[in-house]
Amino acid sequence: MSMDIFLQHLLNGISVGSLYALIAIGYTMVYGILLLINFAHGDIFMMASYFMIFAVVDFRMPIWLALPLIILLTIVLGMLLERSAYKPLRNAPRMSIMISAIGASYLFENLATYLFTGVPKGYPDIPWLTKVVNIGSISFQIVTVIAPVLVAAILIGLMALVNHTKTGMAMRAVSKDFETARLMGIKIDRVIAATFVIGSGLAAIGSVLWGAKYSSVYPLMGVMPGLKCFVAAVFGGIGNIPGAVLGGIVLGLGETLLVAFFPGLTGYRDAFAFVVLIVMLLVRPNGLLGEKTTDKV
Amino acid sequence: MSNENILEISDLSVSYGGIQAVKEISFSVAEGEVVTLIGANGAGKSSTLRAITGLEKPSQGSIRFCGEELSGLSTDAIVEKGITLVPEGRRVFPNLTVLENLRIGAYMRRDDLTADIEWVCGLFPRLKERSWQKAGTLSGGEQQMLAIGRALMSRPSVIMMDEPSLGLAPIIVQGVFDIIKEINKQGVTILLVEQNANMALKAADRAYVMETGKITMSGSGKELLENDEIKTAYLGKAKKRA
Ligand SMILES: Nc1ncnc2c1ncn2[C@@H]1O[C@H](COP(=O)(O)OP(=O)(O)OP(=O)(O)O)[C@@H](O)[C@H]1O
Ligand SMILES: [Mg+2]
Repeated sequence: MSMDIFLQHLLNGISVGSLYALIAIGYTMVYGILLLINFAHGDIFMMASYFMIFAVVDFRMPIWLALPLIILLTIVLGMLLERSAYKPLRNAPRMSIMISAIGASYLFENLATYLFTGVPKGYPDIPWLTKVVNIGSISFQIVTVIAPVLVAAILIGLMALVNHTKTGMAMRAVSKDFETARLMGIKIDRVIAATFVIGSGLAAIGSVLWGAKYSSVYPLMGVMPGLKCFVAAVFGGIGNIPGAVLGGIVLGLGETLLVAFFPGLTGYRDAFAFVVLIVMLLVRPNGLLGEKTTDKV
Repeated sequence: MSNENILEISDLSVSYGGIQAVKEISFSVAEGEVVTLIGANGAGKSSTLRAITGLEKPSQGSIRFCGEELSGLSTDAIVEKGITLVPEGRRVFPNLTVLENLRIGAYMRRDDLTADIEWVCGLFPRLKERSWQKAGTLSGGEQQMLAIGRALMSRPSVIMMDEPSLGLAPIIVQGVFDIIKEINKQGVTILLVEQNANMALKAADRAYVMETGKITMSGSGKELLENDEIKTAYLGKAKKRA
């Protein structure tokens, strides 16, 4: 394999990994605060893709208008999910919330199939993301470089929010102890809602970048990315934001390079994530950057 | 000392499922007082404090703060009115630094905290030395100081403490009671739940004794210290032969 081709794969891998990272952050933040695996997160990502199709194809909106609108709609959907499926179970056993999450996921998938049919639709073309650029013998879509840069900026912003703002301090407090956080005067429902806002917003951004790479939109499109990004979050240490980004990139890079070096294994691309998960759980159950202590499921 | 009741509890009951942990108790705390609530394990002391802060929903009764009904309000709304609880078992946020724990105690305030942090660090010099340390790495006594300091940061008019001396060495316990007196002198009303009846009764203006969910005795701290039943049941002294 020549250097150019290797660089090409490297770039693709980091880029796919950045998309995984965006979705993985949502899993890890919700888990960090509620100790809940938000199984419906991948479906929120799927719904964001449909919102874009409706906005641009059905309502003929320009991209600059559709973009903030679909991010907003996805955030509203994420908040609705939290209010209706998780908030009523705040004091219930953790297993009940988990089952509610699985139910919500099925609800989204079946609702989408019922409303939008199972026939794949094409994601609208966003020229400034899909345009192909050539540098030497390497060629790539613009989205390939935008994704990692965007993820880096988002990571820096999120870390500043969590570690250096009052809201971030409240998030860290709520993640350890609901009751005592309440005694401090923190409105914990708001703090929890804020994590869903961030997670859903990032899922919406992820769906736009995803749509530029893989333009097929269908009701179950969130399942595999959802599972993989959950694996990425666990791999990096669930609850840990930089861990989710690292996990996403390692996963994206790993599966891309695997297929590049061993073309015969192309069919096993999706299996790679789960092999990584199993190995990680055996070797280092708390993930790469996870805390040592676990009182979590 | 004013005679105005800042906190007035009447006919308060708290139930867990079918079990009634607090049974129609009534008591009051006047502004500027130190009032203590003593009683055996499981008597319902913590449940009472938790009901006052809205962490448990009372099944009946009223809780008035400066004449205003509190039952039914959310915890954040109650805390905002100026009542705070130092919870049983300290419950500092282990993943936050000492300084952040103090700051989060003042979560609802929007004004400058510098003076208050100075004040709390003056009361507990140990906290100042360790302000950058994660609270989870503090010793038990230091965590208790932090929990009290954190509660003070909200500038409460009433501070409730649930067994602040639990698990502390005698010398530290003395320190905690000194602080309680000091805080009270600075104008904060105190409702203290304690197992250490001897120290609590000495520090208190008035005291109530709770047994299996009911208040069975009340009086000034001094009266109860000299009461024979109290002596046998809570102060570990043998009953005098009649
Ligand atoms: N969450 C709960 N669910 C069920 N029962 C509870 C709960 N919390 C307290 N209880 C019961 O209520 C009763 C009173 O408990 P509470 O914690 O108020 O006692 P306490 O006086 O604070 O005791 P201690 O001195 O041991 O702290 C006990 O019998 C306890 O078992
Ligand atoms: Mg108790």
